[in-house]
Amino acid sequence: MLTCKDASHLISEGQERKLGFRERMGLKFHLLMCVYCRRFEQQIAFVRKALRELGRRAEADTEGAELSPEARDRIRKAIAERNERK
Amino acid sequence: MNKNSLGSPDGWLDEHGAALYKYALMHTRDAHRAEEAVQETLLAALQARDRYEGGASARTWLIGILKHKIMDMFRRHAREVQLDDPEMLESADEGQAGEIFSLSGSWRDKPSDWGNPEELLARDEFMAILQRCLDALPQKWSRLFMLREVMEEDTEDICQELAITPTNLWTMLYRARLGLRRCLDRNWVGNAARG
Repeated sequence: MLTCKDASHLISEGQERKLGFRERMGLKFHLLMCVYCRRFEQQIAFVRKALRELGRRAEADTEGAELSPEARDRIRKAIAERNERK
Repeated sequence: MNKNSLGSPDGWLDEHGAALYKYALMHTRDAHRAEEAVQETLLAALQARDRYEGGASARTWLIGILKHKIMDMFRRHAREVQLDDPEMLESADEGQAGEIFSLSGSWRDKPSDWGNPEELLARDEFMAILQRCLDALPQKWSRLFMLREVMEEDTEDICQELAITPTNLWTMLYRARLGLRRCLDRNWVGNAARG
């Protein structure tokens, strides 16, 4: 019989790898009886979605970002230097 | 099939610099580190350009190198953190696990009902709390989280790049998920229910 702690591990790992048959059955059985682990499972899936949304927003935030002229100079010099040595 | 061309290294910065920088900034969230990553990427590209086969566009090829560079920085940083405080991860976990589960393995900190959370994704306040909760995690976990959940890197690639085992990775992701879920439960759902 799985504990909630075991079940939470399996739920998390289920996002990373395909669970084995016994693991899946054990988890299924536990979830049937445990409302907290069912919530945990839904919430973990939601957290993944929310993080992707956060990533999209971060991407939008970088829209106007530009390399500073100083950084460009520095990088250009570094490339030229390396190119000469080649 | 048409072969893509890399063009001349002199033009890389003008042509791809902005795109690389934006990508790096998004993932490092630090202007200085992002600049450094762009420079390292272009230097690495210079050295590897003979191996470019024209299958992917130059932009895609460069972004691929950039990803490695960002992971590299992350790995170096993770090592520094470990040297500074080898006990940090372990003790953080023990404390956390003890608060979340009882000794018999049942929930001590019971997940509350979030209802239908999808609509939260459009709310700025919620996203701000999510960001704060993410920032509150040990940096090593939050970076891994971003690699896995946002950059959608393969488990295998992450393990290889960071020289950790899959079991290691799963454990860290598990802890990160527990921590983040709990933080949201307390700071968003808990407040919303009370308010």
